[in-house]
Amino acid sequence: MHTTRLIFSEILHRKLNFLLATLSVATAVGCVVAQLSLLHRHDLATEKIVAEKEAETRAKMAKLEDDYRKITLRMGFNILILPKDQNLGDLYADDFASKMMPEEYATRLARSRVATINHIVPSLQQKVRWEEMGRSILLMGIRGEVYVQSAGQKPLINPVSPGSIVLGYELHQSLKFSVGDKIKLMGREFTVSKLNPARGNKDDITAWINLPEAQEMLGKQGLINGILALDCTCDTLDRVGLIRTEIERILPDTQIIEFQSQALARAEARHRAGEEAQAEIDSEIQNRAKLRQTREAFAAILIPLVILGAAIWIAMLALGNVRDRRSEIGILRALGLRTGQILFLFLGRVLIAGFLGGCAGFVAGILTTEPLMISYQLRFLPLAIIAAPLLAALASWLPAIWAAQQDPAKILVTE
Amino acid sequence: MNLSIQNLSHTYCGPSGPVKVLNELSLSLESGRFIAVQGPSGCGKTTLLLAAGGLLRPTSGEILIAGENPYALSSGARAKFRAAQVGFVFQQFHLIPYLNVLENVLAPSLALPGKSAHSRARELIEQFGLAHRIRHIPSELSTGERQRVALARALLNRPKLLLADEPTGNLDSDNASIVLDHLAAFSSGGGSVLLVTHDPLIAGRAHQIIKMQPGKPVLNP
Repeated sequence: MHTTRLIFSEILHRKLNFLLATLSVATAVGCVVAQLSLLHRHDLATEKIVAEKEAETRAKMAKLEDDYRKITLRMGFNILILPKDQNLGDLYADDFASKMMPEEYATRLARSRVATINHIVPSLQQKVRWEEMGRSILLMGIRGEVYVQSAGQKPLINPVSPGSIVLGYELHQSLKFSVGDKIKLMGREFTVSKLNPARGNKDDITAWINLPEAQEMLGKQGLINGILALDCTCDTLDRVGLIRTEIERILPDTQIIEFQSQALARAEARHRAGEEAQAEIDSEIQNRAKLRQTREAFAAILIPLVILGAAIWIAMLALGNVRDRRSEIGILRALGLRTGQILFLFLGRVLIAGFLGGCAGFVAGILTTEPLMISYQLRFLPLAIIAAPLLAALASWLPAIWAAQQDPAKILVTE
Repeated sequence: MNLSIQNLSHTYCGPSGPVKVLNELSLSLESGRFIAVQGPSGCGKTTLLLAAGGLLRPTSGEILIAGENPYALSSGARAKFRAAQVGFVFQQFHLIPYLNVLENVLAPSLALPGKSAHSRARELIEQFGLAHRIRHIPSELSTGERQRVALARALLNRPKLLLADEPTGNLDSDNASIVLDHLAAFSSGGGSVLLVTHDPLIAGRAHQIIKMQPGKPVLNP
C-alpha cells in the first residue's frame, strides 16, 4: 500500500471538504481566466473598432478628396509656370509676363509624365491697345490642353477655335457685344463665340483668342509667356514646394507661382479634415484605453481578492481536515509514519483539489467568454494545472505543518 | 531483553504546575514474557506505555527496546525503529475510518514497506477470523472485530514488543478472551507484551502483574 491510496480513500470519505476546496480553487482560477480573457476581448474589440473607424475615415477621405478635386476644377487654374528670368514685380504691375519661353515646353512637360500637376495649358498674354474700341485690354492666346498621359482626365477648358473670340464680362457688358457678333481686333476680324460671366478679376477685361493667331498678331511665333496648370491632390501643405521641385527638374529655366490662394485654403481644409479624422480615431483609442484602465483596475482588485479569499477558505478547510483527523494522525505516527509522510498526506490532498479545481476553473473561465479566444486562453492552462495546485498547497501549508507536528502521545492520551 | 526500563520518571506540565506521573520506574521485559500493569487512573500507566513505545520522551531514565535507546535516534529513525520493533493496541482501536480491513492491517507497511506485507496481512486477517470482512470498513465491523483488526495491524511488521492499553476495555468477555488469547499466543511465540488494564481478571492472564501507585517507584522482580 502506498500513501497515495490513503489520500484518495480519504478524499472519497470526506467528499464535502474536498469538493469545497476544489470549488474555491475553480472559482479563483475561473475568475482569473475570465477576467484576463475579458481584458483580451476588450483589446480585440478595440482593434476592430479602430480598424472600422480607420476604414470609415479612409472612405470619407476618398470622397472628400473627390469633392475637392471637383471644387478645384471649378476654381480654374492655380499654377502659373513662367520663364525663370521673369520679374514677378513686373508681372504683378503689368498683369502679364514680359519674358517668353518656347511653346514646346508645354509638350515636354506633358510627356514627362509629371505627377504634381494636371491640365497643362500654354498661353500667351499681353496687354494691348484695342484701337477699334479705343481702350486697353488683356489679350490671351490659348490652345487646347496638352494631354497629360498619366492624368487621364477630361480637359478642363475647351480651346478657342481660330477666328473666334471669348470676351470677359466687363468687355462685353461695356461694349454691348453678343455671341455671334463680328468684331475687329488689331485689324483682324473675330466672331464672338462666348461671353464670360463676371469673375471679379482681370479676366473681366480679357479677350481670349486662338494661340497661333495671338502669336502671329503679337509677333511671337512659337513662343508663350506662361503655362497654366492645376495642381494635383497632394496631401501635403507644401504642395507648391513639391510642384516646384518636379517642374524645375523637367524645365530648369522656369519658375512657378501659385495665384489661386483658395486652392491652398482647400488643401489646408483637406489636411485639417484628415487631422480631425485622425483625432477622432485617436480619441476613440484613448476612450478605449481609459475603459481598459478601468477594467484593469477592477481586475487588479478582484483577482487578488478572489485568490486571497480562496486561499483563506482552502486554509480553513485544511485546518478543519486536520482537526477531524487528529486520531488518524496519532495512530499513523504511532505506526511509524514520519513527519514528511504526514505532510504529504495533507498536501497531496490539496494538490489534487488544486489540480481538479484549476482544470474546472479553466473550463469555466473559457465558457464564460467567447470560445473563439481559446488560442489566447490556452496560455492560462499552466496557471490552471501548475500554479493553482501550488497556490492551494501554499494556502494549506500551515495546517499541514501543524498536522505533521502533532504530538502522537498527546493525541493518543486524549482521543 | 526486548524492553528494559531504568529509573524512568516523567513530569507533565499541568495547569496548576508540574505533575509527576512516573517516579523512578524500572522494569525489564524479556522475550516470551507477558506483563500486565495495573493501577488507579492517573498513576501513569498510559504514560509508561507511550514512553516505552518511543512516543513520549521521559523526563529522565533510560529505555532500551531490543537493546537500543529509541530516544537516542533522530525523529525519522525513531519512527522507523518503532514501526519495526513495537506494536500498539489501544482501547479506542484507532482504526482509520476510510480504509477497509486489509488496508488498515497494511497501514504499518506505509512506514516500513516490504514485499511480503500483503501476504502477511492476509495471513493475519485469516488468523484473526476476519477473512469474510476483508473489504469492510471499520464502521461496518463489530467492536470485537475492530479490536482484532487493530491487533492484526500491530503485528504486521512482526514487532518484538507489543504495547496494549486497555485493549479489552470496550469488549465483551468473549471478545476480550479472544484478544487475550492472541496476546498470549504472541508472547509464547517469542514476543513481549506489556498490557495496561484495570481488570484483575485480565491481568490474571499475564505472567507477571505490576501494580502502580501515583508517584511511587516501581521495580519488578
